[in-house]
Amino acid sequence: MAQIRVENLHKSFDQFTAVEDSNFTIENGSFFALLGPSGCGKTTTLRMIAGLELPTDGRILLDGEDVTFQRAAERDIAFVFQLFALYPHMNVEQNIGFPLKCQGMKRRQARERVFETARLLRIEHLLRSKTSKLSGGDRQRVALGRAIVRRPKAFLMDEPLGALDAEFRALMCGELRELHDRISATTVYVTHDQHEAMAMADRIAVMNAGRIEQLGVPQEIYDRPASMFVADFIGSPPMNFLHFEAGLAAGDRVIKFPNASVAIPEIGEARAPGPLALGVRPEHIRFADAAPVRGRVFGAEYLGTTQIVTVDTEQGQVKARLPSSLPVQVGEMVGLTFRSDALSLFDAQTGAAIRTARHRSAGHG
Amino acid sequence: MANVALRQVSKRFGLIEAVRDLSFAINDGEFVVLLGPSGAGKTTTLRLVTGLERPDAGSISIDGRDVTQDPPGTRDIAFVFQQYSLYPHLSVYDNLAFPLRSPARRVPEAAIRKRVEQTAELLHIAGKLGNKATRLSGGEMQRVAIGRALVRDPSIYLMDEPLSSLDAKLRAELRLELKRIQVELGATILYVTHDQVEAMTMASRIGVIKDGELLQLGTPREIYENPNSRYVASRLGTPQINFLPAGLIPEIAMPPATDVVGIRTEHLQIAATDGGGIVGRVHRIEHLGDQNHVHLEYRGQTLITLADPHQPLQASQAVGLKLIDPLFFDAAGRRIAATVH
Repeated sequence: MAQIRVENLHKSFDQFTAVEDSNFTIENGSFFALLGPSGCGKTTTLRMIAGLELPTDGRILLDGEDVTFQRAAERDIAFVFQLFALYPHMNVEQNIGFPLKCQGMKRRQARERVFETARLLRIEHLLRSKTSKLSGGDRQRVALGRAIVRRPKAFLMDEPLGALDAEFRALMCGELRELHDRISATTVYVTHDQHEAMAMADRIAVMNAGRIEQLGVPQEIYDRPASMFVADFIGSPPMNFLHFEAGLAAGDRVIKFPNASVAIPEIGEARAPGPLALGVRPEHIRFADAAPVRGRVFGAEYLGTTQIVTVDTEQGQVKARLPSSLPVQVGEMVGLTFRSDALSLFDAQTGAAIRTARHRSAGHG
Repeated sequence: MANVALRQVSKRFGLIEAVRDLSFAINDGEFVVLLGPSGAGKTTTLRLVTGLERPDAGSISIDGRDVTQDPPGTRDIAFVFQQYSLYPHLSVYDNLAFPLRSPARRVPEAAIRKRVEQTAELLHIAGKLGNKATRLSGGEMQRVAIGRALVRDPSIYLMDEPLSSLDAKLRAELRLELKRIQVELGATILYVTHDQVEAMTMASRIGVIKDGELLQLGTPREIYENPNSRYVASRLGTPQINFLPAGLIPEIAMPPATDVVGIRTEHLQIAATDGGGIVGRVHRIEHLGDQNHVHLEYRGQTLITLADPHQPLQASQAVGLKLIDPLFFDAAGRRIAATVH
């Protein structure tokens, strides 16, 4: 198993910059997610690590060894693609064993390895089955088996669960992470699904337009987003933004909307007047009759344990996650209070988080 | 708008009984969602109401009038399909106007214009009326498709998974929009889906359907809080309800015939343990951001529950489990009302 280091990585296709000055280290045995919308450069980054694409500039080190210009086959990395293809004319055992056969491994040793892999994936009982007879989940497991049977230094996965429906994807997320815990293989996982990244990764790099906007552990990224882009990309529903204009002084503990003031974590930097956005997670909003921030209920969506209530305010539309026991009428006026120690503040023009007692080092990990 | 009633409707295709003895009514202005997996009979039910299929038995009435034998065209129904099928060579305006220009209707052009503009306003696509249908985003195309149903002001709208081809963000937005439009128009809608979130967030009442049978019909809250069977209980709720064999938790008072105990996240409290009571072990913690999914192991079974992300829990830690008003089911999977204890 291996540590992967990416240094000043840069990739351009003609005029288009796909990846810009990327730097990160993936520790041996950890699960690292590259998260972002399509076109953000996450797959290009992964392909450069795999050796399927050569960088325009920068270095890639695998266990300290510079592999930047090595061919893919020399890197001892397994790549798992979005669509798992199995060989239909082979049974499960032959499918999993195929990479070993290609390597020329002795038959007895290969068999042992295939059994061990099947045990890890809990599909020993399927080794003799035809792949066409398998359920969707078992097909995914066989395909995973084929990737891990070689015991490569690292796994690179490009949206491996992208084609599955929501419930099944959640199940496979759990299985993938459990498999990772059992074999502790360094894994780089590319996805556009924030839920997958949050659920599985030890660390996440959120990418936007070729750049890493934030890098950190999942809860940190959720609690302290470095930019409005990250705040909006993570969370379901995402963070709310209440827009207003103001100047700030270091030490301020209150911001002022035209008709209300809101307590916030202590401001760490002075700013000239300009457009700002207060960032509020849906679960940090409560209704209170007397609260000065007012809004009209646009809709309420019952979800069982909780409900999502959409409220139109003068600062924009916000979604609150509230207990489903709270009676809510569409059209009624409500007052909103926010959990002040959990609020974020952004420069609405650049999108960057403003330093506060909560966001000490708004920026990069 | 009108009410629609199905009485003991059955439909068979060869050996497959697609719909069995189906009876329910949709009241005027109600949004009824049929929730079930593929093959449950949802789409067949819609096709029976439109008249695209004839039932083998039973009757269907719209506004008190028996329409069982009537052809589709006479039933005054508008249908929205999963795949928006717009006329690519026409503008958004002409796509919306098309249903009104049918020779049978003879709506004057001025009345058409008024109706199309109203509808476009309602769907927030008023600025796009001059666009070619192909020059729209996916969400806009689906709005136009819904709009084509709305211009007609029929007795009832039938919708077959109209949001399923959209991405998650757009789907969330249109869920809220569709509900708002339905309330504003007082429209009667029969909507089918396999997505529990769509059912819970939009429906006045949900019908849970499986293997052609309607298992339970009620408000989202009734279905979620008072499911009549294990199956219905498992259809709604994220994370899914946990089931524990009754024999594994003798510590809990339960009705005599209880075979399985259903435990939703709100029925389960986890706390530090002093060794007594029911003790489980944290197996794995999954981050959602606002909450954590905690996977617990208890006597060889897995329980999944929600916990505050800042609650200090670690893998392999022992925790005390406290059950609060869980649901009880008998060996046949039927719900048993909790006895007073």
